[in-house]
Amino acid sequence: MAQEITAAQMRARVRNLLEEAHPDRVDQFTFRGKQYDHGLAWVHFPEGYGGLGVSPGLQAVVADELAKHARTVYDDMLINPIGIGMGAPTVLTHGTEWMKKHLLRRIFTGEDIWCQLFSEPGAGSDVAGLATRATREGDHWVVNGQKVWTSFAHIAKWGLLLARTNPDVPKHAGLSYFLLDMQSPGVEIRPLYQITGEAEFNEVFLSDVKIPADHLIGREGEGWQVAITTLMNERAAIGGAAIPRKGGGSIGVLISLWKSREKSSFSLESEVLMRERIAKLYIESELLRITSQRARAARRAGNPGPEGSVAKLAQAELNKRIWECAMDVLGANSLVYEPGYARRRPTSRANEPRAVLAKYQFLRARANSIEGGTSEVMKNILGERVLGLPGEPRSDKDIPWKHIPRNG
Amino acid sequence: MDISFTREHEELRQTVRRFLEKESTEAVVRKLMETESGYDASTWERMASELSILGLIIPERYGGAGLGAVEIAIVFEEMGRVLYCGPFLATAALAAIILREAATEGEKSQLLPEIASGKTLATLAVAEEVGGWSPDAIAMRAQRDGTGWRLDGVKNYVPDGHVADVILVAAKADERLAMFRVESKARGLERVSLPTLDLTRKLARLTFRATPASLIADKDIRDPLSRALNFGVAMLAAEQVGGAQRCLEMSTAYAKTRLQFGRPIGSFQAIKHKCADMLVEVEFARSAAYNAAFALDGEDEAEAREAAQIAKSYCSDAFYKAAAETIQIHGGMGFTWEHPAHLYFKRARAGVVMFGASSEYRRNLAASLGL
Repeated sequence: MAQEITAAQMRARVRNLLEEAHPDRVDQFTFRGKQYDHGLAWVHFPEGYGGLGVSPGLQAVVADELAKHARTVYDDMLINPIGIGMGAPTVLTHGTEWMKKHLLRRIFTGEDIWCQLFSEPGAGSDVAGLATRATREGDHWVVNGQKVWTSFAHIAKWGLLLARTNPDVPKHAGLSYFLLDMQSPGVEIRPLYQITGEAEFNEVFLSDVKIPADHLIGREGEGWQVAITTLMNERAAIGGAAIPRKGGGSIGVLISLWKSREKSSFSLESEVLMRERIAKLYIESELLRITSQRARAARRAGNPGPEGSVAKLAQAELNKRIWECAMDVLGANSLVYEPGYARRRPTSRANEPRAVLAKYQFLRARANSIEGGTSEVMKNILGERVLGLPGEPRSDKDIPWKHIPRNG
Repeated sequence: MDISFTREHEELRQTVRRFLEKESTEAVVRKLMETESGYDASTWERMASELSILGLIIPERYGGAGLGAVEIAIVFEEMGRVLYCGPFLATAALAAIILREAATEGEKSQLLPEIASGKTLATLAVAEEVGGWSPDAIAMRAQRDGTGWRLDGVKNYVPDGHVADVILVAAKADERLAMFRVESKARGLERVSLPTLDLTRKLARLTFRATPASLIADKDIRDPLSRALNFGVAMLAAEQVGGAQRCLEMSTAYAKTRLQFGRPIGSFQAIKHKCADMLVEVEFARSAAYNAAFALDGEDEAEAREAAQIAKSYCSDAFYKAAAETIQIHGGMGFTWEHPAHLYFKRARAGVVMFGASSEYRRNLAASLGL
């Protein structure tokens, strides 16, 4: 039952925390551990689990007060996005008491990085069709299979694993959700190199990996229901990403590239066309920004509407068009690719010149309309869940998973 | 600047919606669009006496409600949903705003109360023979005539110009741009109702032949006129959001019930995705229109100007696309006179060029961005 704390009282609690530990004076794990102990990690969680059992809207007050009194400001989305954005809500809602006591604090401090093991080579948009198999043997489960597109697997302590425990029932009914110790024997992690040459993601091969029975989250066969919690929180976490300032972000880069263009490479007529094109992209960027703000305000007020799903779809498509336009602005120079294709883990691009960054982003943006839900799936979701249109006819709903045609 | 609505905003919206559900049904729209006047005088009177919306942006000391762009935008959105037929844009928005921004105290205290009470219909005449709503495009020149003035020339595409009691005319006078008032029965004024593509919005061609006119602003009106046109653009944008939303509702409802090949056509992805695309554009249009309304109520003129340019560019196109796809989704039925889709399509198409082409607004936006 949520108790009532005013914003002023919340601020006072933050100041109490700062007297005990200050982010400018102690390290991340120490400070955030204290923040957790004070119930200021995620204030809507119950007391004793890093929260105070109050409205989630008050978290913004905590962040604001911390930012006022410290130079060091921690961003959950940079420290442990999967752990904080997905692992913690899943553990809180479906986890055992042992999990809540032993895992939540270390998620928040960042001592334990988490990853998500859902997608497989044969299960992307249709993730419920996944094949990684968990078989019960005595007091543990034995897992075999392969996961893909796993961010942070190479540095994670724990993974959120969705696996098939019953191939004889329809696909959604045969899944179970596990907590996987990423250091278990049999877990092999390989970098997954992408079109930019880097590996933001990994493949994870699971060969006879043993998971203790009490690391099952929720009940056997209820994995899909638990996964819905994770996926809903993922969408909220992505939706909660920082909204760029007016004229900032990718449109800002495009406009500055245009203004500093090689003038001789454009005829007067094509300049007119480019201005029109860039003005339209500016308009769409502004409207995306405003619509994202409206979505955030509606979520905070407890009235999530279509604005959030609309924004994800629009952002993916707009981003691709902005970077395509940037490549056109660069003209023949876009034949050259300064970022290079070195096979490595991603490094920060903070200090790259804009033209170089644009070329990289042009390639990277191709994934925007695929990751986190393809644009085609997003349109189905908008059509079906927001507008209430009937679902697609499905040929795999009521038959045992083992009979559903799959790629060999 | 946050776009958020208060409970009072919601109450206003619901009140106007319920009123229009009774007074502006599809049957009423179809009837009024075939008439010369294009509006219902008793509905207009009730808009004043029951709803007090004719004077929504008129200051209280002149008998109005003293509210702002956001409140009247909500009314425009509701009117756009049902294709309300009447001089609300002309009188309650365009005339009211230019009077409020530029007229002398004497003119304001005479005209504004009459507008708020429903007694006087008014409109703003800017565009000339070939269209063009920018202050720079105005060529009509007023001549002094004794102690007064006279006008010669043509103002075209004047909203409700044929029923307005008072026509506010922008014309050059000596070295500046000025605003004049012409009475509907003035000598030498010829008013012709144009056969419009969009029968739900009446436009007139006004020919002035030594027509007496009185000056209602004692300063150059270039800046107030620009602001008034931005206001008009934002109101049209809000109206377009209402129309586009209605199109989305019609399309979605049809896609759920129309059966072909044994299932609702909305279960086919091509139709489903058209609806999803329409939803995205309606939400963006909503952001654009209300961003403009909130900006107009704010202090930052440059921000208000840019917001109006964005609203004009986006909302006209979004409504037009939504209406076009609504016809498409309805198949053969969407092409009939009987189905309302064409009424929205024509209102949307007219809006693409009303107040100037979207590409002109984008050109100005590009210039202010330094592109």
